Amino acid sequence: MSRAGSEGAAVIVVGGGVTGLSAGWWLARDGTDVLVIEAGAIGSAASGRNGGGCSHHHSPLFLEEQRLWPMLDELLGYPTEFRPNRIRIALDERQFRLYRRALENGARQGYRTDVLDAKQIRALVPFAGEVYGGYFHHFGGHANPHRTVQAYAWALQDHGGRILQHAPVLGFDTRGNRVVGVRTSRSAFACDHLVIAAGPATGALAAQLGVSVPLMSARAEMIVTEPLALMQTGGVDGNGLYGRQTLRGNLAYGGGPHEWVELQDTGGRAYSTVLQGSIARRLRALFPQAAHARVIRSWAGFIENTPDGRPVIDRPASPGNLTIATLSSVGFGLSPAAGRAVRDLVVSGTCGFADLSTLGLGRFAGLEPGWRALQGWLPAAAGGE
Amino acid sequence: MIPPDSRPHDPASVIGKAPPIGEATDLLVIGAGPAGVSAALAAAGRGVRITLVDENPVPSSVMGEEVPLQFGARMSAVVANRNAMLEAVFEANPQLAEALERGIDVRLGTAVWGLFPQRRTTRWIGGHVAGLADAQRAYLLGFKQVIVACGRRDMGLAFQGWERPGVMGASAAYRLAKTYGALDARTAVLLGAGTEALQIADALAAQGVRIAAVIEQAEAAGGPARLLARLTGRGTRVLTGRVIREASGDARGVTAVKVAAVDGLGRDTGRALETLECDTVLLGVGAVAAIELIEASGCAVGFQPQRGGHVPVLDASQRTSLPYVYAAGDCAGIWASKTLSEAVACREGAIAARAALEALGVRGEGEPEEPPVPDWPPRDVALERLAWVRASVLRAPGRPWVCPCEQVTCDDILSLRPPRYLGGQREAAETYGLGSAAPAAVPDPDMVKRLTRAGMGPCQGRRCREQIAALLALAADRPLADVPLATYRPPVRPLRLDQLAQLPESPAMAEHWDSWFGMATQWVPFWRVPSSYAVATRCTGEPGAGE
Repeated sequence: MSRAGSEGAAVIVVGGGVTGLSAGWWLARDGTDVLVIEAGAIGSAASGRNGGGCSHHHSPLFLEEQRLWPMLDELLGYPTEFRPNRIRIALDERQFRLYRRALENGARQGYRTDVLDAKQIRALVPFAGEVYGGYFHHFGGHANPHRTVQAYAWALQDHGGRILQHAPVLGFDTRGNRVVGVRTSRSAFACDHLVIAAGPATGALAAQLGVSVPLMSARAEMIVTEPLALMQTGGVDGNGLYGRQTLRGNLAYGGGPHEWVELQDTGGRAYSTVLQGSIARRLRALFPQAAHARVIRSWAGFIENTPDGRPVIDRPASPGNLTIATLSSVGFGLSPAAGRAVRDLVVSGTCGFADLSTLGLGRFAGLEPGWRALQGWLPAAAGGE
Repeated sequence: MIPPDSRPHDPASVIGKAPPIGEATDLLVIGAGPAGVSAALAAAGRGVRITLVDENPVPSSVMGEEVPLQFGARMSAVVANRNAMLEAVFEANPQLAEALERGIDVRLGTAVWGLFPQRRTTRWIGGHVAGLADAQRAYLLGFKQVIVACGRRDMGLAFQGWERPGVMGASAAYRLAKTYGALDARTAVLLGAGTEALQIADALAAQGVRIAAVIEQAEAAGGPARLLARLTGRGTRVLTGRVIREASGDARGVTAVKVAAVDGLGRDTGRALETLECDTVLLGVGAVAAIELIEASGCAVGFQPQRGGHVPVLDASQRTSLPYVYAAGDCAGIWASKTLSEAVACREGAIAARAALEALGVRGEGEPEEPPVPDWPPRDVALERLAWVRASVLRAPGRPWVCPCEQVTCDDILSLRPPRYLGGQREAAETYGLGSAAPAAVPDPDMVKRLTRAGMGPCQGRRCREQIAALLALAADRPLADVPLATYRPPVRPLRLDQLAQLPESPAMAEHWDSWFGMATQWVPFWRVPSSYAVATRCTGEPGAGE
């Protein structure tokens, strides 16, 4: 470990978003010496810019997600603003049909959903107007992404873990079939195990170790209103939007088309666009009684997707001490469970509480090399600059 | 299976969904103050379409949110009469008539809440677009070149009672008095004695507002002796080495302030507080370039003390780092000689107009003007701001809100305390101070914002952001210039949901709207996921709704 110098950690996690921080926290909790390295500020990318939803009934991590969120404040020792349950509103029959999937998936896994009629919805959601119907899921919920990111970070440090921010990874040192060091802009660090959970950068970082993680990045946007009177259940969305009313009372919602971008162009800041008008249009339709609320900011963020939009949580055959985690644009809610899964993979090579076989890299063995173009996942033709 | 060639683009992406842009202009000028009007007039008559927008008169409901200036509820009732206000704005600025005569499309009462340049990661719109809004409508305007001349606002400064009606920005008072004829103030004290503050006090005094006192934390007033003498000649007291400890009052607002003498470190000297009767407190401790549009659009911004703080990085032709965006007037930099002579801002406007015309293929007439140069040596605005915050905010009795919108105190900020609505949850401060969220780094105001909510309210951080930056610098014992600028995001004016919802949209937007990526495979439950994935064999049924 001569290149790595005297500093190092048993496990280095590259990526200080929710997934990496959660993994680091789970490891530190076990007494593992862990260092999380983040290129910018923790949670500054997609982890801090999302709807805060915790209802991923299609995922093999769903049951663990549901088990962990209600106790997460206590486990971490810091507030996440988690609130249980979710209401989804359909403004027309088509939406009502599409949204039914959550009822079916939840029911199969033992969770209850009530179907709501228009009157029930208006009673539960004072901002609602004319609606077709909807669902009340007795599972899922929502939390505050920023606060959750910081809660993981503080909890990780409470257990002796370390975080290094503003330290982009420049490269890795390997010996035989193992990663032995991480070189950053600040310093080099030796490690016994490496976790890459670096969002959009995961593919490029893994490629340096000879591991192919097919990913493409895109921009998504949200809007936020001034605070309004609190609804009984803050986790209300629908009409093609995701989001929540925050505990402070702001409506924070997003949705609509994404823009595929080249990874090298995503380095700086994500700028929101006039898409905020289209999001506002649908939010007004969802909550006509809040039409007077003032929009006070918008967000944009870059997020990564695998070709099938499903996570990769896997330990490739080589290098033998590497774990990869990308949640493929749906990482916030799953983060408590995903971090635990990563911990399991690092410690024992297999996940002890869920079957991760559908999240392996092996599923892409037959993927066409030109998959991005084949799927039309391409940036718009050059213009402007 | 659809052959891939027939669908070159992901139908759930933004491609092909650009909104119809109803109107377009060649040169957009934002702000009809001296710099903006000069720019528009300099470019007029050369065959390019010019649109000059100015947000005055600001709707009274927006003024009530302390946007874009801290109006402190000192607007007289006439501000609710929009036609009267439009007339007042037009009359206050004779050059607007000239602009109209020369064929410039002038839009008053129209705010620009966002500039959306086409860039590598936002290519889906066919060109550069501005988001505009008047009292009712929000709409998009295409543009080729834009000159931003948005002026300035005032740094906020917390002391006990500063949220009372009557505590207002000096620039806000000037706007109400000079542009609207609607300032409801009789006796004011001015906080701050720099050139910008004294100039405004002088103008208000000329209009009959009694300036009871000028209060300055430093040992000497920084502004010109000539202005100070004019004020003292009218009976204004100059109280240096002083800060306001409390603004007391009744339901109508401030009725008096208590003034304390402080030493060079901002500590009370122990002398008895002096009470001054007044109905208005003018915050003039720092003039701040109004860079929100510029910063939010992605122009490079830096802390330049000689230009009065954070300003866009400009070349000799007032051009920002985005080659089609220019800045002129106070939003391009504030220094004393520029404040005292309108000609400087006008020259900046003309220089920007010439560069913008050339970019549009119209050659400039005559020799280009030399760019104005800031005063040298500069006033140390960083030290001034730190000194004000140390003397007033850090030592304020009664824990005033630094961020009135979200009710966040100085102490809350410095200990990263979770907001009040979380009640008795464990305080991070018990274990971790400011440095812990970003060890060994300068505290990041954006991080402080997310954890404490300071700056997240409807005034969009206008009243607190400079104070927070100064607090972080003081806590970290670092120069103010080292504290990163908290980002701005559109809409940079609070915009009603039903207004923003009026933006045009292409039919394609609605045809393929999904809450997330519109990918069928993303939501297939894990018990039905096939063991391998390839584009040729993927399922392409109707995508289920995203979650």
